[in-house]
Amino acid sequence: MSVIKVPEAEIGGWRCATCDEDLSMRVVNLEYLDSVFTVELPACPKCGMVLIPENLALGKMHQVEQLLEDK
Amino acid sequence: MDQSELRRLERQCIQEEAPQCTAACPLHVDVKQFCALMARRRFDKAWGVLAKTLPLPGVLARLCDGPCRDECVRKDAGGAIRVDLLERACAANAKPVGPPKSLPSRHKSVAVVGGTLTGLSATWELARRGFNVTLFCGTPGDCLSAVPASVLPEGVLARELEGLASMGAEIKEGVPPTPELLDSLAEEKDAVFLDTDDLPESMRDFGTPDEITLGTGRAGVFASRAGETSPVLQAAAGRRAANSMERYTQGVSMVSDRGLEGPYETRLFTSLDKVEPVPPVETDAVYSETEARDEAKRCLQCECLECVKVCEYLKHYKYYPKVYARRIYNNESIVMGTRQANGMINSCMLCGLCKAVCPEDFDMGDVCLEARRTMVEKGTMPPSAHDFALRDMAFALGERCTLARHAPGASASEYVFFPGCQLAASDPGGVEAAYADLRARLGDVGLMLRCCGAPSHWAGRVSLFEESVAELKSAWNSLGGPKIIAACPTCMKTLRSALPDAEIVSQWSVLRALGLPEGTRNGTETLAVNDPCAARHDAVLREDVRALLEGAGVPVAEPELTGEYTECCGFGGLLSEANPELGMKVSERRAGAMEEDFITYCVMCRDMIARTGKRAMHLYDLLYPASDDPAARPSPGYSARRENRVRLREGMLRDLWGEDAGPGAEPYESVRVAFTDQAAANLEARRILVSDVQKVLFHARASGKRFVHGETGRFLVRHRPVVVTYWVEFEETGDGYLVHNAWSHRMKIAGER
Repeated sequence: MSVIKVPEAEIGGWRCATCDEDLSMRVVNLEYLDSVFTVELPACPKCGMVLIPENLALGKMHQVEQLLEDK
Repeated sequence: MDQSELRRLERQCIQEEAPQCTAACPLHVDVKQFCALMARRRFDKAWGVLAKTLPLPGVLARLCDGPCRDECVRKDAGGAIRVDLLERACAANAKPVGPPKSLPSRHKSVAVVGGTLTGLSATWELARRGFNVTLFCGTPGDCLSAVPASVLPEGVLARELEGLASMGAEIKEGVPPTPELLDSLAEEKDAVFLDTDDLPESMRDFGTPDEITLGTGRAGVFASRAGETSPVLQAAAGRRAANSMERYTQGVSMVSDRGLEGPYETRLFTSLDKVEPVPPVETDAVYSETEARDEAKRCLQCECLECVKVCEYLKHYKYYPKVYARRIYNNESIVMGTRQANGMINSCMLCGLCKAVCPEDFDMGDVCLEARRTMVEKGTMPPSAHDFALRDMAFALGERCTLARHAPGASASEYVFFPGCQLAASDPGGVEAAYADLRARLGDVGLMLRCCGAPSHWAGRVSLFEESVAELKSAWNSLGGPKIIAACPTCMKTLRSALPDAEIVSQWSVLRALGLPEGTRNGTETLAVNDPCAARHDAVLREDVRALLEGAGVPVAEPELTGEYTECCGFGGLLSEANPELGMKVSERRAGAMEEDFITYCVMCRDMIARTGKRAMHLYDLLYPASDDPAARPSPGYSARRENRVRLREGMLRDLWGEDAGPGAEPYESVRVAFTDQAAANLEARRILVSDVQKVLFHARASGKRFVHGETGRFLVRHRPVVVTYWVEFEETGDGYLVHNAWSHRMKIAGER
């Protein structure tokens, strides 16, 4: 499956406070209602904690959720 | 919904029924479209409408005697539209068009004998349908020679006869009708039509032709009924004959489904409400262009839309119930693909106003509720649609909000007070005061705090609703099945169906009988009374409320939509949860209906109106006043509503029964949290509860996992309690957290716990 890149997936100045690391883009699987999307998202290179920024959650991600709910 | 149910629903909605004019026109001219074009002075286009339907349009448009006028809805608002004069004006102003193109030949040979307008029309219709038609007559259209040229200018008939010829009809002039001619035609042709008014008396020996088929005793020979003088009815007879001949040559039923051929009755309803009477434009001659425009503008463009006019929801989706029923049917039929009607189905307020105003009692609420149930049953209900509302219901039914008790010190209850979970959520002080008042004046009145289950009913969750009813029944039985005094109209409605054995009375009826409570705020300025949709069919309830208001010396004003025709506040059917934007529009529409402050007796109506910024009061605000300006009280947010329910129960248990509240707070509630104004607004709009934020912070504190912002130094943490992941952006304060923002999503990061 090809990796989806979304402009809303910005690091936006966040760092991993737990590991004291800058975030970098990482390929992550997102799941909802039996669908899986492979998306590039900011994450901590050490502990792997993934960031879902506000714009992504309320924008594209919400749209996809709604679409899947109507499938 | 199966196909027969869809058909039934589609038939029940009359919006697409023919207007009265078209139904009454023997030729079914689209008068509505014709008038719409004439009103815009689009004469050529308007002529196209006439020419599409009328045989020999140049002649008939000028001779039409307008039988539609007897049925025109406008006749009761100034006078029927002068369609006859409009047709003449159109004929005078429009560019003539050529005859219609005939269908490919059917290789059937038919004959018409007689050339009055009836015979000419039959020939026209037959030629158009691809018959090889021959007209035998003396002089075609001879009967029109007496019509003055001012009505039928010279050359018009000739042009239409040329048209007939170019459509492929053969006109044999100067052939006198004889029995021998008829015999030979009956022998040679596939069917024959006799224009009776153009036959000698000696040939009219076939009796009266059949009313439906115009058939005579002789197979394949059809004839008009003698003596018809109306041009448009003559043309209709010609068309009827052509229909019969077509059926005859095809060997199909001569009689089935012919009810709509001539004038028929239509079910279309068009309201004259708010229609100003305007008299017809009169003329002795032919309308000028502007006279024609003005007359055509009087056309009401008949349509029903009674429901759409009063409902923001029905208006929002741009069509009307007939179309919506089809969309819902299609939605249910989808196996793979997008169910595009889900949002529409979940946005209906289920308030019943459409049925109340519909001439045919169409209830969009019934259709949508049934569709929701089907979606739940099939597992196709969008999970997010009602999730928040159902979680709120579960909370209101949880042990921290529910109570079923006899009055303090009593061991039995004649009555039990059931304020409902939203009144407890919005005005806990009012509930306390109301309960105290009922106990003071009625004696031992028990108390039941819980949700009636309406949200699960609205969400189409049948089994969840049944569960809540079973619990409700058991709580009520535990008190010995007392008479229920309900304060909320939706609770009353729900309880009456859930507990058919219970005697249920509204608090307003009780107060009307007892008299106003001491301390009632008397004689305010005029208030606009808002009936909740749950009171639509409860005239007694509505009357009790008005009696109380009168008793308190409050002058009331009624909105245009009131009583049986009241409109929803936006809460009904969980609209504001499933479709917040439309919910707000509905609330704003209701709020904007009156200048005066509103007074209502459903606290959700009060809160939904108040959230638009409109001043609104609940009846409690008059009967049990607690503040100087209750109409300005803002609508409490989701978290405050939950907290109010919990605090109400705790307070009453403590103060009235001297007991501890029982189940204590959850550990995460110890998290001290404050919000910036923006964060608080975001929480409300995004349906994130304070308790959700507390859970996230509590969890993050334990896990130690967090992001930090390089510039602001704020932290960001996430947690997924069940099906929603919440993100909270905050800074640490001395003893807790100041939250700057929060957001959520339902999509899950794979592997996330």
